[in-house]
Amino acid sequence: MTAGLWQNWVLPGIGTTLRLLVLSAALGALVAFSVGMARTHRSRTVRFLAGFYTEVFRGTSALVLMFWLFFVVPPLLGWQLVPLWAAVLALGLSYGAYGAEIVRGALNAVAPAQREATVALGFTPWQRMRLVLLPQAVPEMIPSFCNLLVELLKGTALVSLLGIGDVSFAAYLVRLATQDSARIYSVVLVVYFVIAFVLTRSMKALERRAKANLGVAA
Amino acid sequence: MSWDWSAVVDFLPRFADGLLVTLQVLFLGSLIAFSLGLVWAAAFRAPSRLVRWPVNAVTEFIRTTPLLVQLFFLFFVLPEWGVQFSAFTTGTLAIGLHYSTYTAQVYRAGIDAVPAGQWEAATALSLPAHRTWLAVVLPQALRRTAPALGNYVIAMLKDTPLLAAISVLELLQQSRLESAATFQYTEPLTVVGVAFVLIAYPASLLVRALERRLAH
Repeated sequence: MTAGLWQNWVLPGIGTTLRLLVLSAALGALVAFSVGMARTHRSRTVRFLAGFYTEVFRGTSALVLMFWLFFVVPPLLGWQLVPLWAAVLALGLSYGAYGAEIVRGALNAVAPAQREATVALGFTPWQRMRLVLLPQAVPEMIPSFCNLLVELLKGTALVSLLGIGDVSFAAYLVRLATQDSARIYSVVLVVYFVIAFVLTRSMKALERRAKANLGVAA
Repeated sequence: MSWDWSAVVDFLPRFADGLLVTLQVLFLGSLIAFSLGLVWAAAFRAPSRLVRWPVNAVTEFIRTTPLLVQLFFLFFVLPEWGVQFSAFTTGTLAIGLHYSTYTAQVYRAGIDAVPAGQWEAATALSLPAHRTWLAVVLPQALRRTAPALGNYVIAMLKDTPLLAAISVLELLQQSRLESAATFQYTEPLTVVGVAFVLIAYPASLLVRALERRLAH
């Protein structure tokens, strides 16, 4: 691989991949917490809507969803999304649906007596969530969120099929230019592996800290 | 722009072809993932560290890197190495190989859950290694792996559209061909998206029912 290709395509591609990862993880976390908490709501309608969202977005393939947001929604609504934002939207909405299940599971795993205690103390539902349930549930969520984050990282490669210049797209261009498939694809696989490795190590440290704050052994 | 039902009807023949290919990939890919995963899981327990360490490293690597890039790797690199496979075969191999690293973790958990006394009993009876695995460990380990394996089959189903990238004629590729021929983009893609929900949702209900039954 020549230096020019590396500097002009692969390095910026890694930047785009990281940016996609951060933006869609942020949107995914927002979706995961709102939908996940909605699934434990008192109102049946809210629970049903949140459940419906989860099933639809977990049911479709992330790639089909991405194509759909990219090719179907713009003519239907009459506005065009910037490709990067269509990708962030598709990734955040679909991985957020998986995250919602993690949030719901962790909230349900908090001891029932904790919920009863908040009722006895006259907490509002929002106070109960913010002060009692979430602080105990969040450390439980971290290992599952770590796996999901690695899945999301792998999911970002799909955007190359929409022509967004992430590191997978860079690999495709470099392959066309150099015909050296084995080398460029090996390099890119290693890039993903290194990012995933850094992610899992940092999440492990985060988990230890979160559990130490709660006084639980990790 | 409005919804055109005749475009849906026109798409149905291609849809049927694509569905058949998707299901073929899913079936063959699952076979590869289930059997190769078992090989990895047995290797995780190999007596020699020289076997365990590389197998752990390789499966970890495959598991944490994108299927799409692996797909391109196999599709472009295998011919350079003198191995010629069709896009269908390459795609099925890639998806089977990728998910074998997930099923391996499922089997590993199942095998770890077999009580140590069972291994010791097999040693006490001086059973040969293959009898220990086939007659003692696996029958106990595999019983509880079914729901987790089912979840991975569903995940695999949702990853089959990636094979469109190497022009395998599965559902997504058929919808792209239809759109290219008729300039109708909305209907074919929406039909394919809805089809995925209609297959995946009952399948996940089935897995959940299986999970509940095995929990007792």
